[in-house]
Amino acid sequence: MIPLSWYLVLAAAIFCVGLYGALARRNAVAILMGIELMLNAVNINLIAFWRYLNPGSMGGQVFAIIVFAVAASEAAVGLALIISIYRRRSTVAADELNLLKW
Amino acid sequence: MPAMTVVQIIFVVTAIITFLAAIMVVASPNLIHSALWLVLTLGGVAVVFLLLEAAFLAVVQVAIYIGAIAILVIFAVMLTRQVSTGLASQVNRTWWLAAPAAVILFAGLILLFSQVAGFQGLAEPLVKEPGTLVVDLGRALVDAQGYVLPFEVASVLLLAAMIGAIVIALPPAPVVEEKST
Repeated sequence: MIPLSWYLVLAAAIFCVGLYGALARRNAVAILMGIELMLNAVNINLIAFWRYLNPGSMGGQVFAIIVFAVAASEAAVGLALIISIYRRRSTVAADELNLLKW
Repeated sequence: MPAMTVVQIIFVVTAIITFLAAIMVVASPNLIHSALWLVLTLGGVAVVFLLLEAAFLAVVQVAIYIGAIAILVIFAVMLTRQVSTGLASQVNRTWWLAAPAAVILFAGLILLFSQVAGFQGLAEPLVKEPGTLVVDLGRALVDAQGYVLPFEVASVLLLAAMIGAIVIALPPAPVVEEKST
């Protein structure tokens, strides 16, 4: 059997890789990919805690399904924004989109 | 070190592949390669769900993440291709701050997790038949005593996101129409 700690370490590692991707990449699509990695790590944690600490209730799985729905919405709206920005500004580099920067 | 069971070996192999693929997602200079590594990472997470006996979520992971979101990302990369590959640098000026921040967060998370009761614990075998888990999940999602409200809120959110994405991605209005304003 696998101890709970293995899942938590894997999830923490993927989350931190995703955080680095979201913080360090210039391309807006790459930033979105980093966010997807972070959401996946959160899902691993939710399911691991559901399985090990409270398998009787379905709350953990329902939470994971909500995270799926939010991730799908986030990807759809985010990529629509990126395509719209690309049409108007011909760039997808996040640090060149400084129109709102004071 | 005691000999590992088959399940443990499967987990370790999956975890290593998933982690390395995640590293490649953020490290690859070519965005198409990044997106393909993302598919591998998502597949690894689906295997982790299977190991956690959440079979329905593993199927959903493959259908929604690999089938929809990863394809959406690949489309976005291809639609913005000229500028994506033409960037002088793929990382911004403060990437050297982001790397230690991620490492420190990892250490902090491990420290925090080690406080969780049952950090080293093993899972108890599931009492129910594996097939009844899906039935229970389906009932919980539409049960007034369960999670019907979050479920409906999630559906409204998806609908709003779909309409919003269509409106945002519409091409800019042609110049001729601007006379009327």
